[in-house]
Amino acid sequence: MRIGIPRALFYYYYFPLWHAFFTALGAKVEVSPPTNKAILDQGVRGAVDEACLPIKVYYGHVLALRNKADLLFVPRLVSVEPKAYICPKFMGLPDMLRAGLRDLPRFIDTNVNLRQGTEKVLEVALEMGRLLTRNKRQILAAWEKAQAVYQHYVALLESGLRPGPAIERLTGVPEGRRRRGEGEGPGRWKVGLVGHGYNLYDEYISMDLIGRLGRLGVEVVTPDQIPGAVIETEAARLPKRLFWTLGKRLVGSTLHFLQRPDIDGIIHVSSFGCGPDSLVGDLVERFSQRTRKLPFLYLTLDEQTGEAGLQTRVEAFTDMLAWRAAQ
Amino acid sequence: MKATFPHMGNLYITARALLGGLGLEVVVPPPCTKRTLSLGTQHSPEFACLPLKLNLGNYIEAAERGAEVIVMAGGVGPCRFGYYAQVQREILKDLGYDMEMVVLEPPDAHFSELVDKIKYLCQTDWRRAIQGVRMAWWKTRAVDEVEKRVEWLRPREKVLGTADRIYNRARAAIDAAATRREVELARQQALAELDAVERDPVREAKVVRIALVGEIYTLLEPFMNLDIERKLGRMGAEVVRDLYLSEWINDHLFGGFMRLDSPAKKAKKLAQPYLGYFVGGHGRESVGSVVYFARKGFDGLIQLAPFTCMPEIVAESILPRASQDCDLPVMTMFFDEQTGEAGFVTRLEAFVDMIRRRKEADRRSRAGAMDGA
Ligand code: SF4
Ligand code: SF4
Repeated sequence: MRIGIPRALFYYYYFPLWHAFFTALGAKVEVSPPTNKAILDQGVRGAVDEACLPIKVYYGHVLALRNKADLLFVPRLVSVEPKAYICPKFMGLPDMLRAGLRDLPRFIDTNVNLRQGTEKVLEVALEMGRLLTRNKRQILAAWEKAQAVYQHYVALLESGLRPGPAIERLTGVPEGRRRRGEGEGPGRWKVGLVGHGYNLYDEYISMDLIGRLGRLGVEVVTPDQIPGAVIETEAARLPKRLFWTLGKRLVGSTLHFLQRPDIDGIIHVSSFGCGPDSLVGDLVERFSQRTRKLPFLYLTLDEQTGEAGLQTRVEAFTDMLAWRAAQ
Repeated sequence: MKATFPHMGNLYITARALLGGLGLEVVVPPPCTKRTLSLGTQHSPEFACLPLKLNLGNYIEAAERGAEVIVMAGGVGPCRFGYYAQVQREILKDLGYDMEMVVLEPPDAHFSELVDKIKYLCQTDWRRAIQGVRMAWWKTRAVDEVEKRVEWLRPREKVLGTADRIYNRARAAIDAAATRREVELARQQALAELDAVERDPVREAKVVRIALVGEIYTLLEPFMNLDIERKLGRMGAEVVRDLYLSEWINDHLFGGFMRLDSPAKKAKKLAQPYLGYFVGGHGRESVGSVVYFARKGFDGLIQLAPFTCMPEIVAESILPRASQDCDLPVMTMFFDEQTGEAGFVTRLEAFVDMIRRRKEADRRSRAGAMDGA
C-alpha cells in the first residue's frame, strides 16, 4: 500500500510522525518532490484565484502524487490543540480538493479535532490505522512509535536544526535543498524569522529566504526553535486568548524575540491575503513598535512575488541592521 | 454612558431598541459612506477583511459624535470575526481614541463573564431591560417581513423606486415605534401599501429568481455589496437571501433561543455531500444553499464575500461542483475597497441575461416536448 503525503502545509510540522506511523503499519510512504515551478503552476490552475499561495501549492503537491499513491493522506486538520484552530481553509481542504480536482486516489481525510482535548488523538490514530490493519494492538504500537519519533523531531528543531535536515535524518526523505548547507551557522546579525512553517521552510515559496539571509550575514532563529511553553506564556499576555495555533506561535515568538538582547531584528513572512495573519501580523507589528524599536520587516509572498524585489527588501533590511550597529 | 455599535444593514434598528432598552444613551453611527470606508481603510491592516475596516470607520464616526462605549458581537474562532475587537481596540488606542469595548461573545471559561458584561451595560431594572430585548426582537421581525415583500416587488413594480420609498418610510416608522402596537401598525401599513403598488405585467412576465448567499456582513450591508439587491431588482430579478437579520440575531445574540426556520439552517445539512464540516462563518451554508435553492426552482445564485474571506473561499472552491450537480448557475463576487461600480454592474447584467436566456430556452424546450407528445 502506497500512501501519498503532500510536501506542503503541515508537512513541516508533522511529517516524521505520520511517516513513522504509516511505515510501522507496513505502508510505503510516497512524498511529493520539493515544490518546483510545475507543481506551483498546476496548483495555481487547480485552486480558485482567491486561495492563498500555500493552499495553491498544496493542490499542486496533491496532483504530483496522483499516480504515485493508492491512498492520499490529506487529513482535515481542524484543531491540533485544545481551544484552538489552524485556519478555516484547513477545515475545508479535503472537500475543496475533492470538488476541484479529478481522478485522485482515495483519501485518508480523517478529522483531527483536538479542541476538546488531546486524548482524542488516539481515536484519530485508530481510525487511520484501521485503513491498513484490523489489528488494534498493532495500531497502538505504531502510534506509540510515531509519537516517540515526533518527540525526537521537536527536540531536534529546538536544538536549532531546520525541519528539512531533521526530517531527512529521521525518515530518510531527502530534503532536496538547492544550495545545501549554505546560509546556516553564525552570522553577523541574529534575526527572529517568524511566520508559518510552510512559508519559511519551502525554499521555492520563500525563494530561499533563509539561504539569502545567510549569504548577507544574517543568522535566523525561527519559532520552531522556541520551546512551546515559552510561546504559550508569551502569547498569554494578549488581552484575549488567540484561537489560531499558528497565530499564537507568531505572537508568542515575536514577544519572546523582543525581549532577547541577542536579537537584532524581526522578519515576518506571510502569504498575500492570509486571513489570520492580516490581524495577528498587525498586532505583532504594533507591539514591536511600542516596546522596543527593533527593525521590523514584513514580507508577503504570492505567486507573483519576484526574486529581485525580495532581494532588494532583504538588502535594505540588512543595511538598516548595519546602520544601527554603527550607531 | 453613550454607547455605539457597528452598522450592518438594518441592525441599527435592533441595536437602538436593545441598547436603549438597557437604559443607555445610544449614538447610532452615521450610515456607511465613502468617508466611513476611507477612515476605516486608512487605519486598518491592509489585508483585514472589509467588514473590520467599515466597523472601524463606524466607531471613529461615532466617537466624533460623542460615543464612549462600543458594544459589539465576537466569537471564539476559527474566523477573524472573533478577533476583530482586539485589533480594533489597539488601532483606536494608537489613534488616541479612549473608547471602551464591550464584546458580547460566547465566554471562554465561565458563562458569568457574559452575564457580568450585560449587567455592566444595564442601566435600568431587569423588567425594563427585558422589555427592551423584546421590543428589539419585534422590530427586527417586522423589518425583515417588510424587506422580503420589497424584494419580491422590486422586479414587478411599474414605477421603479416605489417599493423602496415605502420601505424607507416603514423602516423609519418601525425604528421610531415606542410600543409593540406601534410596531405592528407600521408593519401592517407598509405591507398594505406594498400590496397596492401598481405592477407592470411585461416586467412581471420576465422575472427571474436569484438567491443571494455568502458572508453575513456582505449579505446584509448594502454599502458593502454596492446595493446589489436594488440593482438586481431593477434588472428584473427577485432576490431571496438565505439569511435575514432576525435569524442572525437569534443565532449570534440569543444563542438560537427562538425556533426559526431559515434556508441557511436547512442548507447546513444539505451541504453534507460537498462540505462535511464547519469551516467558520457561513461557508457551509453557502454551499448547501445551492442544493436548497435549486430544489426551490430558483434560476441562479450569487455568492457574496469580502476579499480574503476564509470560509467563503472554501465555499467558492466547492460551489462549481454543487452548481453542476444541481444544474443551478452560480456566480461569486468578492468585494474590497477598490471594487468599482461599473465592472460590478456589467457582471450582474451578464449574469441576469444568461439565466434569463437559459430559463427561456428551458421553457421552450419543455413546451416543445409537450407539443411532440
Ligand atoms: S493560515 Fe493563512 S496562509 Fe495558512 S492557509 Fe490560512 S490563510 Fe492560507
Ligand atoms: S467571515 Fe469572512 S469577512 Fe467575516 S470575519 Fe470571517 S473572514 Fe472576515
